[in-house]
Amino acid sequence: MTQENATTPVLPPPVLARGPIGWARANLFNGWFNTALTLFVLWILVRTVPGLFDWAVGSAVWSGDAAICRAEGAGACWSFVAEKWRFILFGTYPADQHWRPVAAMAAILATLLASADRRMWGRPLAVIWPVGLGLAALLMFGGVLGLDFVPTTLWGGLPLTLALSVVGLVFAFPLGVLLALGRTGDLPVVKALSVVYIEVIRGVPLISVLFMASVMFPLFLPQGATIDKLLRAQLGFILFAAAYLAEVVRGGLQAIPKGQYEAADALGLSYWQKTRLIVLPQALSLVIPPLVNTFIGFFKDTSLVIIIGLFDLLSTAKAALTDPAWRGFYKEAYLFVGLIYFAFCYAMSRYSQFLERDLSKGRRR
Amino acid sequence: METRARPQGRSFSLNDPGVRAAAYQILVAALVLFAGWYLISNTLENLARQSIGTGFGFLEREAGFEVGESLIDYSAQDSYARAFLVGILNTLKVAVIGIVLATVLGTLLGVARLSSNWLVAKLAGGYVEVVRNVPLLLQLFFWYAALTEGLPGPRQALQPLPGVFLSNRGLKIPGAAEDPAWAALGIALLAGIAGAVAVHVWANRRHTATGVRPPAGAISAGLVLGLPLLTLLAFGGAALDVPELKGFNFTGGLTLTPEFAALLFGLVIYTAGFIAEIVRSGILAVPHGQTEAAAALGLSRGRILRLVVLPQALRVIIPPTTSQYLNLTKNSSLAIAIGYSDFVSVANTTINQTGQAIEGVAAIMAVYLTISLGLSLAMNWYNKRIALVTR
Repeated sequence: MTQENATTPVLPPPVLARGPIGWARANLFNGWFNTALTLFVLWILVRTVPGLFDWAVGSAVWSGDAAICRAEGAGACWSFVAEKWRFILFGTYPADQHWRPVAAMAAILATLLASADRRMWGRPLAVIWPVGLGLAALLMFGGVLGLDFVPTTLWGGLPLTLALSVVGLVFAFPLGVLLALGRTGDLPVVKALSVVYIEVIRGVPLISVLFMASVMFPLFLPQGATIDKLLRAQLGFILFAAAYLAEVVRGGLQAIPKGQYEAADALGLSYWQKTRLIVLPQALSLVIPPLVNTFIGFFKDTSLVIIIGLFDLLSTAKAALTDPAWRGFYKEAYLFVGLIYFAFCYAMSRYSQFLERDLSKGRRR
Repeated sequence: METRARPQGRSFSLNDPGVRAAAYQILVAALVLFAGWYLISNTLENLARQSIGTGFGFLEREAGFEVGESLIDYSAQDSYARAFLVGILNTLKVAVIGIVLATVLGTLLGVARLSSNWLVAKLAGGYVEVVRNVPLLLQLFFWYAALTEGLPGPRQALQPLPGVFLSNRGLKIPGAAEDPAWAALGIALLAGIAGAVAVHVWANRRHTATGVRPPAGAISAGLVLGLPLLTLLAFGGAALDVPELKGFNFTGGLTLTPEFAALLFGLVIYTAGFIAEIVRSGILAVPHGQTEAAAALGLSRGRILRLVVLPQALRVIIPPTTSQYLNLTKNSSLAIAIGYSDFVSVANTTINQTGQAIEGVAAIMAVYLTISLGLSLAMNWYNKRIALVTR
């Protein structure tokens, strides 16, 4: 037997079970149902993809005015984007100063990228964030170092979207942590206030909070005091985001074993020492992936400020479409803006998935 | 731990946790009360100076504005209260239809992502990634532009089926005309559904008693479809109200307005992406051993899914799906951006007309809190019903 085996050459697997054919049989044509499904999907793709490709690339118009785009048989009008991209990205910010929002966004992105690096977590972040955001604010506002002052009414586009979401998160996060601590703590009055706040905000749409910020905040202030429109929206956003972040943080707080609290008490730590040194470091590192997901949600939600009349990235795209010379190129405008949103959100969601795997290494067997 | 009662016989001390807890809470309550008093006094002063009225008295007054579409009779002469009711009904309409469709589409996509068919799984995955990473408002604008600017006017309306017109005025389909056959058809359908329920109860009893399951599915399908069909044949068909082009617009038939269609489309497509991920993780959460054990017991593939996998997956799926339903309902308030007359848009018009911002925003919050609370109560009840029963 053994001898026979040694001399018989080992045959390769049959041709139908290996290579591209084998792969297709295993993944596309296993069984009559999957075969029918594959053929159906392929038929749809053949019907749609060449047309879409021709529209987006083949017969697309890359430069020139709207008349060329409106010609018979013309595809996507990318010259609309070529004409309007500065307005869509920067809104009404003075055109000769556009390097400032670019530099400000670079500062914010650098801050975000630095925070994504786990080696920076801890004290370095306490330096990076004030420096990064301070630099961005200095560049956007100006008024010092020979830079012209640019009021927030002229801000628009991507810098506004980034400012609303990043500044919103920076202020909403501590508020959210306090609310979560209040909700999980032992003080009945504080607990009741936190629960009511969190549940009311989470039960109403963001629009109603933004309405409140835009129409009710002016009524709250004493006579003569006014409050900037952007600041009002930012405040409404912070109040809204804090409730959602509080629930995420609460998830982390509840996952800390009771023994940790008891051990901290036994060491004689005060409430704030216990929270700062024992509870929060463990709770927050547990909830970083859901925090990133929440941040993605807020980044998308900043587009709602169009309803109270601010010029964020989506509003500038919509405003660009109202130019009578370029009416009707909504597909190109929304695709362009959609791609920018997608790039940011997709990068963040991939990062959150990476982090989830990376952080659970210690817990995996 | 801070609220622990003060041990008897100890003198008052600031180091006593009980005393500190009480002091902190009094401090917080005082701060909140002071902030509230400050804001309210400012507000009252501002309202008095701008001579804006307070209270909900305006609800009785004539609204004086038209709404785009309404489920009940409404005209500009009706009161603000009736306009609010129109808005609430419109919000509920889009939310209910949206939840049903998003659940169906989301479940299909979630299953498709787990399909052994590479092409289907990748396409579903791509859909989920794109839809979840682009703001809903952008998607709504896109659909609205596609349904208004992208479609021809009423005179050049597309006619995919006879009697069905697709134009920038919306989708027109034939509706029910005045005909007794429709009432009979409705009764027959209800009778069919009642019969199907009865058949299922009977089949369950037979199954428990004899171990053999009667073909309940086939019988109930026959009842639900067959009874209305027989009625239709008996009446010799039912009269239809077919839309017609008169002048610059259509008359007759049922209308799906572009605003409603764009909102529904956007909400369903967006929420389905999230539900798909929930369904996928729910199905993956059921251990494969369960499927194998069920197969070893000799259950058919359909029954393995229905009796073994789904009940366990649902326990994981229901709680996050509830919050997606709530999100869909809250997101329907984006209707204001594309001109669908939902509650927020009606309330916003009211705020602009009366200047009573506080009452308007309070009404919006109250309505959505009520809807959210009602929906979570219903879903919690369902969740409790399917929850794992342990000791």
